[in-house]
Amino acid sequence: MVSDIKPHSSADFHSSNHAVACRGVSKVWNEDTPRAHEALRDIDLDIRPGEFVAFLGPSGCGKSTLLYLIAGLEDTTGGEIRSFDERVSTPSPDRSLIFQETSLFPWLTVWQNVSFGLSIRGMGADERKDIARKALQRVGLAEAMDKRPDELSGGMRQRVAVARALTMRPKVLLMDEPFAALDVQTRQKMQDFLLDVWQDSGASVLFVTHHIDEAVALADRVVVFTARPGRIKTIVQNDLPRPRDLFSREAEGLRRQLTELLRDEVDRAFAEQEALRETA
Amino acid sequence: MTIVVSSSDTRSLAKGTASGLRPPAPRRSARMRALAPILSRIGWAMASIGLFAGLWELLWLVGLADPKLLPPPHVFLGNFADQAKFFNTATRWQIGVAANAGPSPFQAVMITVGATGGRVIAGLIIASVLAITLGVLVRYFALVEKLVLPTVTLLSPVSPIAWLPVAIFVFGIGNAPAIFMVVVALFFHMVLSTITQIDGVNRNLINVARTMGATKWQIYKRVIVPAILPGLLMVLRLNMFGAWMVVLIAESTGVGFGLGQVITMARNTFNPSLVFFTIALIGLLGFLSDWLLRLVQKRLLYWVPQATGGLRGL
Ligand SMILES: Nc1ncnc2c1ncn2[C@@H]1O[C@H](COP(=O)(O)OP(=O)(O)O)[C@@H](O)[C@H]1O
Ligand SMILES: [Mg+2]
Repeated sequence: MVSDIKPHSSADFHSSNHAVACRGVSKVWNEDTPRAHEALRDIDLDIRPGEFVAFLGPSGCGKSTLLYLIAGLEDTTGGEIRSFDERVSTPSPDRSLIFQETSLFPWLTVWQNVSFGLSIRGMGADERKDIARKALQRVGLAEAMDKRPDELSGGMRQRVAVARALTMRPKVLLMDEPFAALDVQTRQKMQDFLLDVWQDSGASVLFVTHHIDEAVALADRVVVFTARPGRIKTIVQNDLPRPRDLFSREAEGLRRQLTELLRDEVDRAFAEQEALRETA
Repeated sequence: MTIVVSSSDTRSLAKGTASGLRPPAPRRSARMRALAPILSRIGWAMASIGLFAGLWELLWLVGLADPKLLPPPHVFLGNFADQAKFFNTATRWQIGVAANAGPSPFQAVMITVGATGGRVIAGLIIASVLAITLGVLVRYFALVEKLVLPTVTLLSPVSPIAWLPVAIFVFGIGNAPAIFMVVVALFFHMVLSTITQIDGVNRNLINVARTMGATKWQIYKRVIVPAILPGLLMVLRLNMFGAWMVVLIAESTGVGFGLGQVITMARNTFNPSLVFFTIALIGLLGFLSDWLLRLVQKRLLYWVPQATGGLRGL
């Protein structure tokens, strides 16, 4: 099931129609300062349109950083990222980012939150409300239209965040541990929900997680990262048929394989953190 | 996979109460219940002031408080017209105006209060607008930060009193120097706290707006300002007392009529009753303006959870 990363020719890179293509991407935070901090090194990765890819790695290995780079919220310090043949240099509504903690605007109602991006484009309130209602129906929260975010549970808030992202009709949905703060039962529901949304939106999903189960349940491919500076350790194909039986022998095998791949890296990340604490 | 929250459980529960169990004791009307906490607050405020005034009266009664120096409340509040004749005296100094001409005692007090209050409000508004704008500019443009921030930081610990001569050199007398003093007293702190508030804005909110294609201006208007508003209103409330203090100092240097001028006159003419009367008036005004600002805060910041009182009984 493990497929090694094949080197791509640069011609392939520039003419390809990948949803996301990273070539030699690296990121040093605070470069050229005494606090320089290498987060990512030499990432090569292609994401196909409509593909669901999970990023798995020890905490602090640069998964969020890579997502920010792909979103265009931060600049790379080396290499290049392209999306549908266009160089990523700024954020774009084509690539929506969903965060771990709630990122809803507390002063707006649910429907105003959902239609925030549309109002940025200058769309009128009536039309926006219509679109917001449909998006909220899609995530099963039509009754919560006029509520404020602090009146919702954590799971509902993340569904609103998903609805907000979907109104932008993104081609790539970037999700940074979106369900990590939820309890196990809610997370289960949210995973089913996300698969639904993904399948009928046609968008590629890049999903950061440190839960192996989540990667097994959701992804077409699992990108396993090394400890910081993050590099791609390996990419694991996940061909379990959907809807997935997570208790099958194959699923169990995949889980074990990912656990083993991750174990060394977690140990290394841990050792590094201990060392940092001692020097501090 | 819609999650439907069914209310049938609660409904059947309510029905059970209605049919099976004894109805609860007659409720007080909703209006009464809403009023009760307000009444209780007012009651306690009266009790607190009453205690203070009572002690004072007691000291007077047993002869410890000399009524010529520390006249008790019933003396300095007792004769309103007597005190009010010192307010808004401006027109009476003019040639050809009779000594008892001019507004009624109550009007005179209100004109004076209005003049001082107006200066406070004008100062607050000018200081807020300038400080928020500058704070945002500092965070948006590195050059502004480098050019402006050191000076602002340097000047912010300077007492507003030190600015008094400047106010007079530059603005002479009139409303301008008093308003300037209020602005100076608030401005530097508010710039620094605007910057602190901006730094505290959840990065995710800004990033969400950025990924949706918001321009810098849109992010400022639709994300940063609402996000920092709660903190800024808090700063405004805390600084408003400072504004009331400073305006008196400015007024005491002669800006025409105002509470500060009345206090100065009371000092120069050795009139303790008038001093205490004015102090009571200022206290009341400060209290009312704080209450007003709290009201604005509640209205404007409907999304901020109300404070629940914090630690008690420690
Ligand atoms: N804005 C930032 N400035 C400086 N360093 C950062 C920043 N964001 C993350 N880092 C550092 O980069 C490394 C990778 O962080 P991150 O991408 O958040 O890891 P992960 O999401 O895999 O847990 C960490 O060591 C972190 O401290
Ligand atoms: Mg992260």
